[in-house]
Amino acid sequence: MKRNGTPSTNGKGVQLTMTLDGEKVAFTRGETVYEVAERHQKEIPTLCYDPRLEPFGGCRLCIVELEGARNPVASCTMKAEPGMRVRTRTAALEVQRRILMEMVASENRDTDVDPMHGYASQEMAELLDRYDARTGRFEGALSGESRPDDDNPFIKRDYENCISCYRCVRVCAEQEGDYAISVMNRGFHTQITTEFGGLLKDSACTFCGQCIQTCPTGALGDLKALANKDVPGETETTRTICPYCGVGCTVDVMTRGEKIVGVLPAMDGPANEGALCVKGQFAFDFVGHPDRLATPFIREEKSGQLRPASWDEALDFAAGKLRKVVKDHGRRAIYGIASGRAPHEAAYMMQRFIRAGLGTNHIDNCSRA
Amino acid sequence: MSNPLADMDKPDVIFCIGTNMTECHPVAATRLKRALARGAKMIVADPRRIGLAEIADVHLPLRVGSDVSLLLAMAHVIAREGLMDQAFIDARTTQGEDFMEHVAQYTPEWAAEICECDPADIEKAALLYGGADRGAIYYTVGITEHICGVDNVQSLCNLALMTGNLGREGTGVNPMRGQNNIQGAGDAGALPNNYPGFQAVTVPAHQEKFHEAYGRKVDLATGMTKVTALDLCGDGIHAMIINGENTLVTDPDRHHCEHALKSLDCLVVIDIFMTDTAKVADVVFPATAWAETDGVCTNTERRVQRLRAAVPPPGEAKPDWWIVSRLAQRMGWKGFEFESAKEVFNELCSLSPLYAGLDWDRIDRGEYQWPVPTRDHPGTPRLHEEGFENGRGIFKMLEYRDPEETLSDEYPMWLTTGRRLPQYHTRTQTGRSGGIDYLLSEETLEVHPDDIARLGLVDGGWAELSNPRGCLHVKVRATAKSPKGTVFASFAFEDVPVNVLTGGGYDPVTQTAALKACPVALKPVGPPLALGQVGVGARGF
Repeated sequence: MKRNGTPSTNGKGVQLTMTLDGEKVAFTRGETVYEVAERHQKEIPTLCYDPRLEPFGGCRLCIVELEGARNPVASCTMKAEPGMRVRTRTAALEVQRRILMEMVASENRDTDVDPMHGYASQEMAELLDRYDARTGRFEGALSGESRPDDDNPFIKRDYENCISCYRCVRVCAEQEGDYAISVMNRGFHTQITTEFGGLLKDSACTFCGQCIQTCPTGALGDLKALANKDVPGETETTRTICPYCGVGCTVDVMTRGEKIVGVLPAMDGPANEGALCVKGQFAFDFVGHPDRLATPFIREEKSGQLRPASWDEALDFAAGKLRKVVKDHGRRAIYGIASGRAPHEAAYMMQRFIRAGLGTNHIDNCSRA
Repeated sequence: MSNPLADMDKPDVIFCIGTNMTECHPVAATRLKRALARGAKMIVADPRRIGLAEIADVHLPLRVGSDVSLLLAMAHVIAREGLMDQAFIDARTTQGEDFMEHVAQYTPEWAAEICECDPADIEKAALLYGGADRGAIYYTVGITEHICGVDNVQSLCNLALMTGNLGREGTGVNPMRGQNNIQGAGDAGALPNNYPGFQAVTVPAHQEKFHEAYGRKVDLATGMTKVTALDLCGDGIHAMIINGENTLVTDPDRHHCEHALKSLDCLVVIDIFMTDTAKVADVVFPATAWAETDGVCTNTERRVQRLRAAVPPPGEAKPDWWIVSRLAQRMGWKGFEFESAKEVFNELCSLSPLYAGLDWDRIDRGEYQWPVPTRDHPGTPRLHEEGFENGRGIFKMLEYRDPEETLSDEYPMWLTTGRRLPQYHTRTQTGRSGGIDYLLSEETLEVHPDDIARLGLVDGGWAELSNPRGCLHVKVRATAKSPKGTVFASFAFEDVPVNVLTGGGYDPVTQTAALKACPVALKPVGPPLALGQVGVGARGF
């Protein structure tokens, strides 16, 4: 999966350089070797890395050979230094990485999960393919206990597919500042859990879904999207802006055919940089709700009831009523209220109707209450 | 916001007032939490012990509606301690000297009598903000929805002006807008006093510009606000077109509002659901919803972003702009032959100096924050860097005013209202999204445990909440999140229509409703009786 968040060089002061696979490359002070390599399309494998989080050095897949160092080093935690000579892809490294991937796979019940699990859910499967590591050479114990008892409708907690990369724990702490989940025990007994080991709803969890979206194995999954995994058709995404508060988070709406099947946060969204809240992440299905109005309605004179009408009939009916108001009471008798929820074009057309049509300024929006 | 969202993890001192950001703008709040993790300090002024208060260095639990007194006292301390940015005051403001003299009388002890905060905490907060190299203020409708909303905002501006916390990274006076395109509705000219781009309707040059653009003379005087219009329904206002607002449920004093809309000769509602407001309309037009509509929105940091349709709308639903332009055509008016959202937006850009450098194609990636006055302008992430639009920043000599309605023996508790994290507004959307009700399925009134005991209420039992405008029954929840003497409920659930009670006046300048401070009486009642008890005084099942 393509990652965003590639740093830029700052261009200040002296140009710092290091050698990457025999090529001299520039870097910015503070950049890690992994970040420099990413910028040069080295595609170093990793499972515990999320560009928004502090480097962790947990999965050891991003090891590189550093001249002068006895053992390979984790490139995600190693800061680039002037004159450093680094090799990112040697036969020895690739062998080590393959073994690591075989071991990772051995700890999980499933190595392949439906992409509807979340944004990063295919990362492990992709690396298993890349390293041809589905050998089953090792027999590991499953590394976590799943929580089918957690009845929340949003976050699947399938820890038998957990590789203890701690990305969920870190995104919750570093990115969200919620500290709702943590780690218990070590080694094969490592378990991602909440305080007191209870349900997410009884923890500090705000159901923002960030843990789901950073999970590289599908141990965590988006239950609302997964409920749509059998909807026929290819998944397409459309970039738009969340419909709720004024922060304006960028989202990629997933659709199959004419159905919205889920929402992904846009990692390069200028306002949110990959973050979402419970509403932006999960409250999307009002769109296709059966209560939606699908036809105009007009109020019948006789019965006093609203009844469905065609556009032609309803537009004429409304225009007739409005014209009568103008005739009886003058053009200043009509007032327009625009929406703070609809796009610019709606508000603009509302004020245009009032100003260009009626020649008054009797227009407002819903911001006063 | 004067400053971009990206600045939110950069202040040394954060001052949040009247903003429940972790629930109402959760993604923005994550940036503040990152600032705190980096070592920033935070002051939170809010009557309730909200999420932000839990992680603040100073929490000022002020009495609802007393903000001006608190902010005057903070200015007093900053002036007394000489923490002003004199260079900024000299270079960029006017009436600074008068202001320092004005605030000399407003000591923390004076304010404490009004805002019920500890004077030592007021002092501490003032020293923190006044001592910051980068002090940033964030506020939401806890500041504006009072009879003194404008005074509240100007009090915050005074603090920023006296400390030079404007026009620089990590500073600013930053309102957090609560709806996805409430900023855009104003930008697009849906205001009685402004043409698109906040061009005042009273300025002759603007009048001429729009006369030419629209081929019709527009009234020279400003229009009335929605609030006035609702007051005049049936008496001067005889028709309304309401686009995407559930006026009956969101506005204060529901009974007044219902009466107003029912006295119209014609009510046209454009919405995506048959809301309570649509139910009383003469004509209801079905609009396309989010993810079905191409268009543009502007976020709280003035970023102009594209909305894109991902799925087709249900049945015959149409985009709002199409509905309104077609209605205009049926009225027999020329100039409404628009065929696409792009065409509409580009006309807006051609008439708004703030958008003059933009068009539909240029905003594709959401890179621009207005103003963007020319095609070669990069946009303006941070306002007031070089100077203020109108010359110098003016200190305002403000005085504290009581809310229109204050506590009495009969109505001895404050009711304040707001939103909760999982549900949005009146639940027309979140209530129809699967799973959200798992997190919050009913409204409860938050009451301090001491008040519960004092009033003979029961945690989890029922209470009657009333004032002269109305009465409702609500389940009670004991929590120290509410201060003693103040109760809180959201307006999300239709069976707890708290806006039958609100409505104690408006700000005289903006006519923003005072939704945040409402005296009520509270007493225990039994659980709700049989269905059908609809109306004033009963739960509206």
